[in-house]
Amino acid sequence: MALLSMTVNGKPVSLEVEPDEFLADVLRDRLGLIGTKIGCREGECGACTVLVDGDAILSCIHPALKAEGRSVLTIEGLTREGKLDVVQQAFVDAAAAQCGYCTPGFVMVVKALLDRNPHPTVAEIEEALAGNLCRCTGYYQIKEAVQLAVERLAAGGGP
Amino acid sequence: MWRDYLFARSVDEALELLARHEGQARLIAGGTDLVLQCQRGECSAQVLVDVTQIPGMERIEERDGSIILGAGVTHALAASSALLRLKAPLLSEACRVIGGPQVRNLGTLAGNLVAALPAADASLALIALDGEAEIVSPDGRRWVPLSDFHTGVGLCRLDPTREVMTTLRFSAFGSDYRAAQERLARRKVHALPIMNVAALAAVREGRFADVRIVVAPVAPTPLRLRRCEELLEGREATSEAIREAADLAVSLVHPRDSLLRGSGEYRQALAGVMVRRALERVAGIAPSDRAVA
Repeated sequence: MALLSMTVNGKPVSLEVEPDEFLADVLRDRLGLIGTKIGCREGECGACTVLVDGDAILSCIHPALKAEGRSVLTIEGLTREGKLDVVQQAFVDAAAAQCGYCTPGFVMVVKALLDRNPHPTVAEIEEALAGNLCRCTGYYQIKEAVQLAVERLAAGGGP
Repeated sequence: MWRDYLFARSVDEALELLARHEGQARLIAGGTDLVLQCQRGECSAQVLVDVTQIPGMERIEERDGSIILGAGVTHALAASSALLRLKAPLLSEACRVIGGPQVRNLGTLAGNLVAALPAADASLALIALDGEAEIVSPDGRRWVPLSDFHTGVGLCRLDPTREVMTTLRFSAFGSDYRAAQERLARRKVHALPIMNVAALAAVREGRFADVRIVVAPVAPTPLRLRRCEELLEGREATSEAIREAADLAVSLVHPRDSLLRGSGEYRQALAGVMVRRALERVAGIAPSDRAVA
């Protein structure tokens, strides 16, 4: 076992992990943060996306120890005092989820995009979403949700 | 899989950690290829030595007309760098089409080179740019031309169990240089190319100079089409010259049949079409056919 110290959703965390454990498993099985989903386990589908120091990464192929000293943000970290983040609320209001399995991953890439670029073009939105697969929605409502979040951020932030 | 995951804080420490484990340890940067290889049982390393925390590994700078890159520059950094977009657009554009955004945030230029997949986008661009890599081993430092770096599928002139790639360098684009990448894949994202072409040249007073064309995957390693380059050198940048070069390209490549990528015959013809389109873009002349989206 090896010691892993990182910040998860703003809180410092130290725990023992196997050297070959992946971040997705540490988040889900050791920290109980099961909002992060595992789809393909080979870095193809994007369901396991979390942010490490603000960058979207695939936690199912990310060695957990690589997060040493870093700040990790998961879907659970977006909700503040029971209130959904603007991106989450936009996904609800645009009906951008069907089965919902891919949704946390999509929300996290959108969060990473809008933190850096609050006024993305349609092409930039499509590029940001390109690493995530959704087999239900056909992506249209997801793109509408992003547009909705962009509009609400421009109008002052809140949903 | 691996039983230890260590961070090197300097190149010397990375070399020392590798040496201490006598072939059982290997370097990891972004890990987007290596982790999958480990999961498939294709990598037997017992110890992974992470080099992404070594200072300077992510630097991007221009010095005396050369672009100097830390080997740990990620594809996302290369794609978004204002300097590279200006002075090496071939590289920044190639890095924009690798994997998906999450892969580009972790995957590095050195990793793309060392994984040594024959159609790797960043590798093609770096070869077309006449790039060189600095490799540090316990025996000393050396610069290796990237056109001579790959030796087979997954094989290269760097031993990741005892050596570290630290720096990449190539000449910055002059103002009369133009470049183009043509890439055909089943879909735009997360798809390996069926055929990939990188072309670069200066166009001076309507004539080609310093032409470089790289095609892949048509052989175990990315292929520089030196005879096509020689054919075009000094020639007027016209459709006729480009068509001659594209015809020559068809005779120089011998792709194999592939269940993933299509028949060898199809891809041989495709190489000619894509070399032509890339050169037309470099020459700034209208494509002689309608581009396929």
